[in-house]
Amino acid sequence: MSAAIRFSGVKKRFGELEALKGIDLAIEPGEFFALLGPNGAGKTTLISILGGLTRADGGTTTVMGCDVQRDYREARRKVGIVPQELTFDPFFSVRETLKFQSGYFGLRHNNAWIDEILENLGLTSKADANMRTLSGGMKRRVMVAQALVHKPPVIVLDEPTAGVDVELRQTLWAFVRSLNEQGHTIVLTTHYLEEAELLCNRIAMLRQGEVVALDTKQNLMQSHSARTLSLKLFPDVLPAPLQSLLIREVEGVYQLRLDHDGSLEMILATLREAGINVRDIEIMKPDLEQIFVAVMRRHAS
Amino acid sequence: MQGFLTLFYKELLRFWKVSFQTVAAPVLTAMLYLLIFSHALDAHVEAYPGVSYTAFLVPGLAMMSMLQNAFANTSSSLIQSKITGNIIYILLPPLSHFEFFAAYVSAAVVRGLVVGLGVLLITSLFALPGVEHPLWIFVFALLGSGVLAVMGLMAGIWAEKFDQLAAFQNFVIMPLTFLSGVFYSIHSLPQFWLGVSHLNPFFYMIDGFRYGFFGKADVSPWLSVSVVGVSFILLSVFTVHLLRTGYKLRH
Repeated sequence: MSAAIRFSGVKKRFGELEALKGIDLAIEPGEFFALLGPNGAGKTTLISILGGLTRADGGTTTVMGCDVQRDYREARRKVGIVPQELTFDPFFSVRETLKFQSGYFGLRHNNAWIDEILENLGLTSKADANMRTLSGGMKRRVMVAQALVHKPPVIVLDEPTAGVDVELRQTLWAFVRSLNEQGHTIVLTTHYLEEAELLCNRIAMLRQGEVVALDTKQNLMQSHSARTLSLKLFPDVLPAPLQSLLIREVEGVYQLRLDHDGSLEMILATLREAGINVRDIEIMKPDLEQIFVAVMRRHAS
Repeated sequence: MQGFLTLFYKELLRFWKVSFQTVAAPVLTAMLYLLIFSHALDAHVEAYPGVSYTAFLVPGLAMMSMLQNAFANTSSSLIQSKITGNIIYILLPPLSHFEFFAAYVSAAVVRGLVVGLGVLLITSLFALPGVEHPLWIFVFALLGSGVLAVMGLMAGIWAEKFDQLAAFQNFVIMPLTFLSGVFYSIHSLPQFWLGVSHLNPFFYMIDGFRYGFFGKADVSPWLSVSVVGVSFILLSVFTVHLLRTGYKLRH
């Protein structure tokens, strides 16, 4: 079975700027995939190439096996993209907008599905309102709806929650999650790393047009900056065998590196043998944000 | 096909929702031209023997309004979509280059025809020209609007700002229209300018259109239809090519 999305050696240059330096990335059907990276890393360029808005200078891009250039009509039917910029057509109502969008995809009788999307995105009461009259968050919902009118197997959301209130975020993620459970492949870019952490099962990190990390969330969480153990001890002395694990000591709290599962037991045993009591203990897991910062920093140097 | 129909319908609705500005206004403008010019010139000018200046002016004004509105429809729709960014919703779906082209051009032609008909209806209250060859009238209305619709599409694709579009409109479209014989028969011109007028494709649109009303014109309608038809085909081939390469639309 072919990948939902496959970038092979995708390159793009804007004048002097090398926006993409040969991206190789395959996203499998059914994945909930996060594309992370600082501003200017190339995320939006990559998505634009996927949607045919931008043409790559080199390499190939396919959606469900269809080349986005050679077989552009089939490829575009298979992907729904929610663009990052808030845009709308001020001439039309929400329902007109969605009917037109269905028509562009060759669909005539799409009202049942349009109603379902409106319902799921909390837009039913706004269906006949003109786009101009909607708040920013509501416009954003319509943009999501527009990307879904043709029930694409692959859904790409380019920072869908930028500047959006908590309620919409929750409605949106509940809906997107249910779409993922129904088998849609989801690709997400976001600056809210906790969202990616919560939702995605695989993550790619981009930096200056290159993929600098690509792994499942679990592996990424484990392989980067190991967990830390903080201890408060009585008496306040760290035994010599544990000194090599010490990261820092702050006001009587010792932070130790916790490399793998067995080491916690080893540390506790060492303390017990030295006759030192543990007064407080906490295991801290790195979150995606710390990993992100670590990855970006490592590639910067 | 459904994609074409939807985009066509959307483009129709777009101008129809603001029809005061897109239909009523140009009809009123044409009527004002007619009132002023016929008042000033009717007693002094006879373009063709037996045809009053006011009657002569009516088809010219109708054609001029059709050309300007066909151009305005494609160009303004496209530049607005580009500047506001909602062009993305037309670029993401699987519309073929030809569907895109045909939908924009057809809607603009419809606007041209609606405005042209409005101008004829209103101005016929003042001076009713005869209708000698209705088929020629229709053919030139269609082709003339078509050529300008395609030019509007080209201009809309090329322009990145309203400023550039206005320049195209004021420095290319307006001179070509005003110097095409809307207000005069080119045979009243000195020899040199008569020759220059023959190089202006807009002249053939208006001349052929006028032939449909009066049964006489400065040149043969067959020559006119050939010039206008070939212009339409060449411009269309070029514009579809622009769409295929993604010029200024897909970076």
